[in-house]
Amino acid sequence: MKRFLLPLAVFFVLAGFLAVGLRLDPREVPSPLIGKPAPPFTLPRLDDPQQSFSPREMLGQVWLLNVWASWCGACREEHPLLLELSRSGAVPLYGMDYKDTREDATQWLKQGGGDPYRATAMDLDGRVGIDYGVYGVPETYLIDKAGIIRYKRIGPVTEQVLREKILPMVKELQAK
Amino acid sequence: MKRWLMMMALLLMSCVAMAEEARPLAENPAIEVQVRRLSEELRCLVCQNQTLADSSAPLAEDLRKEIREMAAKGMSDQEIIDYLVARYGDFVRYRPQLKASTALLWLGPFALLLAGGIGLIVMLRTRQRQAAEAPLTAEQARKVAELLDKES
Repeated sequence: MKRFLLPLAVFFVLAGFLAVGLRLDPREVPSPLIGKPAPPFTLPRLDDPQQSFSPREMLGQVWLLNVWASWCGACREEHPLLLELSRSGAVPLYGMDYKDTREDATQWLKQGGGDPYRATAMDLDGRVGIDYGVYGVPETYLIDKAGIIRYKRIGPVTEQVLREKILPMVKELQAK
Repeated sequence: MKRWLMMMALLLMSCVAMAEEARPLAENPAIEVQVRRLSEELRCLVCQNQTLADSSAPLAEDLRKEIREMAAKGMSDQEIIDYLVARYGDFVRYRPQLKASTALLWLGPFALLLAGGIGLIVMLRTRQRQAAEAPLTAEQARKVAELLDKES
């Protein structure tokens, strides 16, 4: 009987590792940008190409930068939630339209029930996206008053992520 | 004959088309070699089990372009890799660096091998000792003698 104990223990340890491995999402690569200043950029705005948006304007405020695109399916998923967040006024939300065209993006916002963003910067060639380490649209960055990236969400923002992670962090950072 | 000529013409045209595709290589072979080398070292984050060289995802194309521009500026391999690691993290390297957070990844298999080897040796030793130490009972000794007698 005793001779079966060791293989059994090995089996449980292995099964434990595999069970944890199944739950990990390989797409969630830890971003090296957490705790670093948000890379600077100046890009034309979606609503008015004559005007530009730069993260510098947001110094002194806690804000969210949401990277989206009209060709991105998962962006549609989080859109209603972003609209709701924008209406609640809990945190200023800005958009970055990644590798898209102006017509498609405008059309997409209209179809989705509105524009949740205070402004959307147009990253037409994806250059700024590379600086932000964007690889799976949508991505959302939480940036603090000093312009430091505090949190990054890869994939659509869900109600749970918003309630349990983003909003508590926003409150904490705003209090600082 | 006419058909044959047509075929030749088509073949020639396809050569022209191919030459068009390969043009960047001719511009500066040294840079293309560097881009090739680097894109085989770096991971495409969209399709994670492919290198940048293998992947045809739009992001991989952008990154290859970016690498080509950096290479053209005369940046070294290390500088370009550092640039990408600063943005995408260590995961962008296909071969992870050996450091504290990746030590388990590199040394783990050897540790397992060592543990297995030690386990095997311990097991064999105990088995040998058990076999050697078990003395024969009187009954067994008699049987052995009897069998040996019969043999001779």
